[in-house]
Amino acid sequence: MAAVETDATGAVHEDDGVRRRDFINLAATSFAGVGAVAIVLPLVNQMNPSADVLALASIEVDISKIPVGSAIKTEFRKQPLFVRHLNPDEIKAAEDTKADSLRDPQTLEERTKGKKEWLVTMGVCTHLGCVPLGAGAGELKGEFGGYFCPCHGSHYDTAGRIMKGPAPKNLEVPEYAFASDTVIKVG
Amino acid sequence: MSFPWANHYEPQHPFMRYMDEKLPLPRFIYNAIGGGYPVPRNLNYFWNFGVLSGAALMLQIVTGIVLAMHFAGNSALAFDSVEHIMRDVNSGWLMRYAHANGASMFFIVVYVHIFRGLFYASYKPPREVVWLLGIVIFLLMMATAFMGYVLPWGQMSFWGAKVITGLFGAIPVVGEPIQTWLLGGFSPDNAALNRFFSLHYLLPFVILGVVVLHVWALHLPGSSNPTGVPVKSEEDTVPFHPYYTAKDGFGLGVFLIVFAILVFFAPNFLGEPDNYIKANPMSTPANIVPEWYFWPFYAILRAFTFDFFFVPAKLLGVLAMFASILLLLFLPWIDTSPVRSGHYRPLFRKFFWFGLMPCIIVLGYCGGSHATNGVVLVSQLASVYYFAHFLIILPIVSRIERRCRCRTPSPKACLARLRPHNRGLEKNGSHYRFSGRPVLFGHARLLGHPHRLQYGV
Repeated sequence: MAAVETDATGAVHEDDGVRRRDFINLAATSFAGVGAVAIVLPLVNQMNPSADVLALASIEVDISKIPVGSAIKTEFRKQPLFVRHLNPDEIKAAEDTKADSLRDPQTLEERTKGKKEWLVTMGVCTHLGCVPLGAGAGELKGEFGGYFCPCHGSHYDTAGRIMKGPAPKNLEVPEYAFASDTVIKVG
Repeated sequence: MSFPWANHYEPQHPFMRYMDEKLPLPRFIYNAIGGGYPVPRNLNYFWNFGVLSGAALMLQIVTGIVLAMHFAGNSALAFDSVEHIMRDVNSGWLMRYAHANGASMFFIVVYVHIFRGLFYASYKPPREVVWLLGIVIFLLMMATAFMGYVLPWGQMSFWGAKVITGLFGAIPVVGEPIQTWLLGGFSPDNAALNRFFSLHYLLPFVILGVVVLHVWALHLPGSSNPTGVPVKSEEDTVPFHPYYTAKDGFGLGVFLIVFAILVFFAPNFLGEPDNYIKANPMSTPANIVPEWYFWPFYAILRAFTFDFFFVPAKLLGVLAMFASILLLLFLPWIDTSPVRSGHYRPLFRKFFWFGLMPCIIVLGYCGGSHATNGVVLVSQLASVYYFAHFLIILPIVSRIERRCRCRTPSPKACLARLRPHNRGLEKNGSHYRFSGRPVLFGHARLLGHPHRLQYGV
């Protein structure tokens, strides 16, 4: 609807309902909004892991000195990493368990990278982040011979799969690859 | 603010008159916590705990600023710098013990303050915004206390940080990126420690700001009182200063005695010995427990050991823990009874003393214990009661409860029944006076007959 308006100088002019000022308000607010987002983004992003933290995100582990049937604890991304050299009994026990019946169904095959005797998992219980026992010599391995988390009693089997207790998932298998027969590259 | 009969600020000294014209800060203080704020005359000692909470906050800010002068917010140095404060800094041990135990004292007085609010239903209109701001303060306090506990970088600091930030990891899809973003890494480390230090310094001042809003919102309707009956005239109130400054001063003395006993004779009584071991990401302590003031909430978190339909147990626990606090935000609308004070709500009172209070104590005990099957079972039952109390019992009780009142039909008849005891009781308009002092209905202690004088609300 066209309206007749008198502006401050007394000049009369016709108007189609949208005033110059409306446009300026909208444009200025939008521009300020874009500016605000441009400022907030780096303020939020600065909290993400910094370059030096990410630089530690990939490591190489020498696995040649791990005897069959034992495991080592090392550090990956400031968290414990378990590398376990399974013995034939442990492999058999893991393969005999039907994956379908598990809380987080996975086979040993799916949890290893071609070499079934090498089980590489994070040493972080999927419940609340405690370090499970079972990687060190003489540590409790739980009812299923794998790992046992002392915090709230989660039992993992020899493939690091959750069998009993409050943890929702199997021990996480990080991204890794065999760089050679004796070295794995994690991350 | 508050009542029309409040005293007016009248500066006498020329300088104070000058100040009043240029920057009326003394007027503001006079009206807020001076002679210009009328307060119900019948408050009991539970009404001390708001001021005590404010005192505890100031204590934490002062000791905290001092500690920050000597603390190093770096994961390589933090643990040693705390030992440096304990051993080398002049009076450093005093500052640290005062700060650590001050946090416990802060939570003790705030819990009593919340207890007061729950029993006397201070959350009901017209003070519902006061209550909401109080919950905001409580949440901020919990965040601040948690981050402060991480700073010494001991074993409990580290593993507490890991478990609590792990809670965010339970959120579907975005959980893990949020956790990494909060920590600035994949596990608590220097980045996390440093930002927690920054926020731990900032948040107390945010709390202080919300406290100002809390008090501001309170002073519009004025303080409530143990009878729950609104004050009606000047006779029902006394000026905050000197009457309640004196009473709060006495309470503050008692508070400081308890505080001093803790600081000087049992400084580590409420702490965890494991926190004197430097943080070790490769080894978990046998029993991760938070500070005592988080025990009830930790028990609710751990109570969920089973999946519910498609929601995993871990997420359920996290949701329940947050819900247990956020639930309180709805309390003014859950409790629909027109009667405010628990003294005059016989059914509410039974559930309060024999239901809610034991339930919270049991949850606290379970949260501090090692999670054996028995403990988990008990915390499950207590968690169920906690939610049932607020979501089922309280609305029903509010509906069906017969209010505790004099069996006679009117205040006049009520007083007539008490005639043999009420020599000296006179009526003046709608107000009763006893030996020249005003009687609030419900404030029957003046007559030595609790409950009898209460007549409806």
